[in-house]
Amino acid sequence: MANSTASATPDTLKNAVIRLAGYSQDGIQSVGAFLAQLAGSTASEVMTYMTIPATISGGASIFQVHLGSGEVLHPGDQADMLVAFYQDSYDNHLDSLRTGGICIYDSDQVEKVLDERGITHIGVPFTSATIEALGGSAKNRGKNIFVLGMLCAIYELDREKMSAIIAKKFGGKSEGVLRNAMIAFDTGYAWPIQSIQHMPMAPGESKGKKRISADGNTMLALGLIAGGCRYGAAYPITPWTSIMELLRSEFPKYGGSFIQCEDELAAVCMAIGMSYAGHLAVTGSSGPGLALKSEALGYASMAEIPLVVVNVQRGGPSTGLPTSVEQSDLMQAIYGSHGDAPRVVLAPRSVKDCFYTAVRACQIAKEYSTPVIILSDQAIATRIEAFTEPDLDKWWVDYELDQSEKGPEFKPYPLEKMTRHSPPGSPSTEGKYPVVTGLEHDEWGHPSGNPKNHAAMTAKRREKLIKLSHSLPAPSFHGDYEGDLLFVGWGSTYGPVKEATQALRDKGYKIGCMHIHNLHPLRAGLGDIFGRYRHVLVPEMNDSGVYGYGQLATLLRAKLCDPRIQSFNKTEGLGFRVVELVDEAEKILAV
Amino acid sequence: MSSPAPAEKLTKKQLKADKPTWCPGCGDFSVLASFFNIVQKLEIPHEKIVCVSGIGCSSRFPYFVNSHGIHFIHGRALPLATGISLSRPDLHVFVFGGDGDGYSIGGNHLTHAARKNVNLSYVVMDNQVYGLTKNQTSPTTPIGRKSKTDPRGAIDRPINPMAQLVASGATFIARTHTTQIKHMDEMFERAILHPGFAVVETLSECSMFYPGAFDAGNPRKGGRFELVDEQSRNMESTAEAMTLAEETETDFPGKFGVYLECKRPTKNDLERAWIDDERARVGDTSDRDLMRERFDAMR
Ligand SMILES: Cc1ncc(C[n+]2csc(CCOP(=O)(O)OP(=O)(O)O)c2C)c(N)n1
Ligand code: SF4
Repeated sequence: MANSTASATPDTLKNAVIRLAGYSQDGIQSVGAFLAQLAGSTASEVMTYMTIPATISGGASIFQVHLGSGEVLHPGDQADMLVAFYQDSYDNHLDSLRTGGICIYDSDQVEKVLDERGITHIGVPFTSATIEALGGSAKNRGKNIFVLGMLCAIYELDREKMSAIIAKKFGGKSEGVLRNAMIAFDTGYAWPIQSIQHMPMAPGESKGKKRISADGNTMLALGLIAGGCRYGAAYPITPWTSIMELLRSEFPKYGGSFIQCEDELAAVCMAIGMSYAGHLAVTGSSGPGLALKSEALGYASMAEIPLVVVNVQRGGPSTGLPTSVEQSDLMQAIYGSHGDAPRVVLAPRSVKDCFYTAVRACQIAKEYSTPVIILSDQAIATRIEAFTEPDLDKWWVDYELDQSEKGPEFKPYPLEKMTRHSPPGSPSTEGKYPVVTGLEHDEWGHPSGNPKNHAAMTAKRREKLIKLSHSLPAPSFHGDYEGDLLFVGWGSTYGPVKEATQALRDKGYKIGCMHIHNLHPLRAGLGDIFGRYRHVLVPEMNDSGVYGYGQLATLLRAKLCDPRIQSFNKTEGLGFRVVELVDEAEKILAV
Repeated sequence: MSSPAPAEKLTKKQLKADKPTWCPGCGDFSVLASFFNIVQKLEIPHEKIVCVSGIGCSSRFPYFVNSHGIHFIHGRALPLATGISLSRPDLHVFVFGGDGDGYSIGGNHLTHAARKNVNLSYVVMDNQVYGLTKNQTSPTTPIGRKSKTDPRGAIDRPINPMAQLVASGATFIARTHTTQIKHMDEMFERAILHPGFAVVETLSECSMFYPGAFDAGNPRKGGRFELVDEQSRNMESTAEAMTLAEETETDFPGKFGVYLECKRPTKNDLERAWIDDERARVGDTSDRDLMRERFDAMR
């Protein structure tokens, strides 16, 4: 799809992948964000991808936008257009252009080279044109908005809406800032480019629904609020931080607060305190922080405290690749604690899904009195997508504090039932108050090391999850219900896997793809589906491991004992490209 | 606080829960007795009491009190209690623990609970040894004292908890001795009534592994129990509190009583003020509509 430019009619485009390459201080991120926001406010689809330098003061960076009038599932394998701000951006990213693509470069900065791939080169003096339009003092400022104007003209995007978005963004600043932005935009829009024709983007199909655009971390944070979280605590770490920043400023409006702690240990403990006190609380982090939280997570499992824990995965182990994507915390999420400490693990597959996953995590945590981990990842966290606004009448959980009186028969940890918490402040008619504890305890909460009791309580904590596994919705499914190969994916591999499935079906193979949201417990009955295919391939962004399997593949093999399950792993800090998945599948199918 | 007074004053019997598992002669018994005294005196209702603890002999405390309680993991009682206190200002939050729990594994949290001035009362039962794990060196063990982990005698300089608390920004710091119940009662009462982070360090002998550790502060064993002279002091001066704290090192056992008592906005009040502000600003808009407005801005 990404490369469908050639097959589109000469004057309308269904898809366009634009890569902006420059330095982060030039505001290429905001050009990308403006384009994405425009897509959201029209009926188009969009998905973005960016790299952020791990250094603070600038550095090389890209922002890639995949615009489409139909479904957009991934940020694009190859770019149709490259916008290069500097010589090194040009040198390093020319290869990302497809054959026959277009490269627009800043002719004040870039010396073009001869290229044999039929690439159309267009030199435009971004720097001097902007300086001239804004007056000598403008320095490098405004180049990005100039480029935005140019792109709007080339793709014939909605100029009025774009101006309105710019006005909204800069409106709060001084008048001069907004005026300069508008001048830069108009200058770019009017810039005469002779060597290519305009390529109008076909309008998306409007379904009459309200649409919004956002990144994954924003939707996750909003989903937590919708799910009833009003309190939480955390410590900053990339790429989790923007969630805590947002909750810190949002929670007070909803009557709660989010606390920045001295470390991740304090954060998870504080959140457990809030949850114990009767509020459903959230804590979150990225890989290294989740590692620090594991002792307390075991406590929440033992003491059956509802808790939502977000882990926005990044490349690991250790400090690893702080700004790159990986899916290597699955085992840590499921097993990372001492003892048998069952908890629930869910993974969103897209930006939109971050919202729904967060609401479901809140519901499950409360209903099952258990910690629920949301495994997001750097790719979903930072990319922008446009989608239909969530229906709050359906996805809103009212927050309430239960302080009902507890009678003499009250058992906080009944063996046969879900745990019933009695938050402090709840009176007790018998005058007996429960102590919540991490020591093994009997049904009343008294410490008990009795062998039978420990076995029964351990089984109870496990059984809760098994009960949940029977009520889980089916994983999302696309393609053929039986045949040659089944892809099994999780998290942000969703888009490329779905598109690879289609590409392989177009070639005549019978392919299905299943995406697992509920990683732990797995939904009961998955194995029946696997049996209908000759091959099962699990692509994941983690290592193939000592035994030759990735983390989800290992779990599936353990659960289903199915020798057809094969792994396909990637650890480059980058998401899967569609062609990689297609090639791997074809290799297997050829055997 | 805002809770209604109970119909009847709680009796000691109503306040007792499980039988304490401490060794005979353990100083921690006195802390429990004193706590009961003050809860009765201040007429705090059952359901409004939350006892929080980490891990250690002293941290068993919540089981022995018939109130809401949470026995947590080693060293992390303070952040947990902070979560309770900030989200439930209607409760009386008490934290109990040992010197290992509070000053060693939980040392970082102590500093931050103090600087945040979280509204809670924290009682450290300092026995200068690890009791539950059976006689290892603790962060307050004096140099030269032999333990299972320092068979030739402790070599690391002990921390000075009082000095550390002053430096961290605690707003109420007191020190007492478990053989002096009346004094302990007074310290607990003032700590409970103090708005903000209140710490009472109690020298609480471990009769099993470190008997005699605090004889120097017990007149019945020939020691001296000398009080801080509050009349001639500026109770809000951290410099004066620091001088007192240093005396505990150079002239053990130093003085007993309140070292520092000052007013600073609590974390609870500051967070609450922000919430109240925001709630006033959004007016009657329901939470759900607030989110809808947020979506509108993302269009
Ligand atoms: C993470 C962790 N590390 C170590 C321990 C073992 N442990 C339990 S209590 C304790 C020390 C207790 O000493 P203190 O806090 O002084 O309490 P006391 O028993 O003397 O009252 C230790 C090291 C533990 N439970 N958890
Ligand atoms: S070991 Fe020491 S501190 Fe622990 S209960 Fe016995 S006397 Fe008390």
